[in-house]
Amino acid sequence: MTKTGLTLGPVLFNWSADRLRDFYARIADEADVDRVHLGEVVCGKRQPFTDGLWPELIERLQAAGKQVVLSTLALPYNPRERAAVLDFCQAGELPEINDLTALPTVAGKPFLVGPFVNVYNEGAARVLASRGATGICLPVELPITSVAVIAAALPEVEFELYAFGRLPLALSGRCYHARLHGLHKDGCQFVCDRDPDGLAVDTLDGQRFLAINGIQTLSHGVEAFCPTADELGKLGVRRLRLSPHTVDMVVVSRLYRALLDGRASRAETLAALQALDLPGELVDGFTRGQPGSVRVEMA
Amino acid sequence: MSIELVCPAGTPSALRAAVEAGAHSVYCGFRDETNARNFPGLNFSPDELVEGVRFAHAHGAKVLVAINTFAKAGAMDAWKAALANAETAGADAVILADLAVLDHAATHHPNLRLHLSVQAAAATPEAIAFYADTFGVKRIVMPRVLSVEEIAKLNAAINVETEAFVFGGLCPMTEGRCSLSSYATGKSPNLTGVCSPPEHVAYTEDKDGTATRLAGFTIDRFGAGEQAGYPTLCKGRFVAGGKTSYLFEDPVSLNAASLIAALAKAGVTALKIEGRQRGKGYVAEVVRTFRAAVEAIDAGRTEVEVGRLLAGLVEGGRQTSGAYKKAWR
Repeated sequence: MTKTGLTLGPVLFNWSADRLRDFYARIADEADVDRVHLGEVVCGKRQPFTDGLWPELIERLQAAGKQVVLSTLALPYNPRERAAVLDFCQAGELPEINDLTALPTVAGKPFLVGPFVNVYNEGAARVLASRGATGICLPVELPITSVAVIAAALPEVEFELYAFGRLPLALSGRCYHARLHGLHKDGCQFVCDRDPDGLAVDTLDGQRFLAINGIQTLSHGVEAFCPTADELGKLGVRRLRLSPHTVDMVVVSRLYRALLDGRASRAETLAALQALDLPGELVDGFTRGQPGSVRVEMA
Repeated sequence: MSIELVCPAGTPSALRAAVEAGAHSVYCGFRDETNARNFPGLNFSPDELVEGVRFAHAHGAKVLVAINTFAKAGAMDAWKAALANAETAGADAVILADLAVLDHAATHHPNLRLHLSVQAAAATPEAIAFYADTFGVKRIVMPRVLSVEEIAKLNAAINVETEAFVFGGLCPMTEGRCSLSSYATGKSPNLTGVCSPPEHVAYTEDKDGTATRLAGFTIDRFGAGEQAGYPTLCKGRFVAGGKTSYLFEDPVSLNAASLIAALAKAGVTALKIEGRQRGKGYVAEVVRTFRAAVEAIDAGRTEVEVGRLLAGLVEGGRQTSGAYKKAWR
C-alpha cells in the first residue's frame, strides 16, 4: 500500500515575509511532510508583500525534497487578483485552484483542487477530473460518509482531507479585521497582521466560537482529524492536510507521520496535540457528520 | 427592453401575488433539499409548479426554478427529479450551483435554460466563461462582493446576462462559500439548503432579558421589553479584541433601490428581490413598488421621484446598499 501523503497547506494568515522565510526554512529542513503549498489564498491585498518571496522558497523546499504546489486566491475579483491567479497557474509548478477562475487556464494539464471549491459529490469531482484534476482536497464540512462515496467513484484521483488547524468556514467581500478597527477594506492598514492565528471571536456569554482573519472567518476550535492509515485506506483517502499555525508545525507534522505510520495510536496523537500551545480546543465534528464545533473524543 | 424584475415565490399564493403585482419573473423551488430555502411550510410540489407556471405564463410572466444546492454524494436522484419536473412544468429557466447538477442538466435537458445561482460564487470573467462554455449557462446571479463599478466592468467582459440582488435579506458572507451554520448546528446552505435552522434556535429569558441561541451558542442578547430578533448567525453580536459589536453585519437588510438606474447602466439584465420566506402581502407590496420604480426610471423620471415611490418600504428596519458601494467592505 502506498504511504499516505502529508501536505502542509498554504499559510492562511497575514505573516510577514521574514516570518514566512524563517518558517519555510525550518519546514524544508525538519518537517515530515512530502508536499508544501505556497501562496496567499485569503486576501489579494496581502499579495504584494509576499509575491517576491515565492521563487526562493520554491527552490529551498525543492532542494529539501519537498513537492511544491502553488495555491491560488480563493475569492479573486479585481483584475490584479485575476492576473495573479493566472500567473500562479502558468509558473511551472503544480497549481492548486481555490476558485474556478483558473479552470480555463489549467484545463488539460495536471492540477489540484483546494478545499474552497465546492466538491460535494462524485459528479462535481468527475467534472474537475475530466479537465485534469489529479488531486482534490474536499470541503471541510463534508462528512466522511460522503467522502467515501466520492473517493470510491474516482479511484484515479488522490483525495485529501483537511486534518489539522482552525477550519476555514467562510469568505466575504468585507474585511472583518478592518471593520472591527473602524476601517474600510480599501484603507485597512493590514491590521490582520496582528493576529498570526486569527483573532478569537467569543459569544456574549464568553463561549469560544469563531476567529477572524481579514475577509475570512475560521473556527475557534482546531480540527484534529486523527485516523489510522488503515481507516483512511478504507475511505479511499490518500493524503491529509495540516494547516499552518504559530504552534510548532514541525512537531505537528511528526505526530501525524507517526500516526499514519502506525508508530503512535490515535489517543497518543491527540494527547500530544492537546499538550501543544494551540489557539483553540480540539474539534472533529464535521468528519463525523456532526456540527463542526463538536469536541474530539480523546479516549 | 425594461430591466427584468425577478421576484420571490415561496408558495403558490405568493407566486400569484407577485405576478399580479407586476413581476416580470418569479423564482421558486421544490419542497425538498434541492433548493436553498428548504424551510417548513414553503416551496412547491411538482403539481403546484405546473399550475404556477400555467398561471404565470397566462399573465405574461416567467418562472425560474431554483435547484441551487449541492447534490449529496451517491444520492443525486432528488436533483435529477427536480430538473425533470422543472422541464415538464414548462419552467423558463432553472437556477443551479452544483457542477454535477449543471453537468446533468446540460447533458440530459438541453432545452432547459440554465442560470447560475449566487451559490456558485462566480465573480470573474474567467469563471463565468467556464460555466457558459461548458454548460451553456445564459445568466449569472452575481455574488454580493462586487461594487456597481465592478459590475459594469464585468458586464463588458462577459457574454451572458447578469442578475443582481436589490432587496431583502443580505448574506455578508460570500454565498456558497459559508459553513458557519454547520459549524454550530451541523446544517448549512451547501449541505442541506438551510442556514441557522429553526430547530436549533432557543430564546432564553433570564434576569438581564432574552438571550437568543443557536445550538447553544449565544448569538445576541436583548433587554427586557426589546424585541428579540431571530438568531441568524452572521447577524449576531460577538466579542473580539475586547470589543462587543455586530462583527459581521448589523441586523440590516439590503435595499439597493436607489441604485436601480446605476445597475441598469452597468448592463445588468435583471434585478432580484430576496424573500421566499415572506408572505404574499409583503411580496405584493415590494413587487408593486419596485415595478413602479423601474417604470419611472424607464420613463426618464428623476431619482427623487423614484425615491418617493420606494419611501414606504424603507420605514422600520435598517437597510444597507451592501457591497454595491465600496465603503461597505
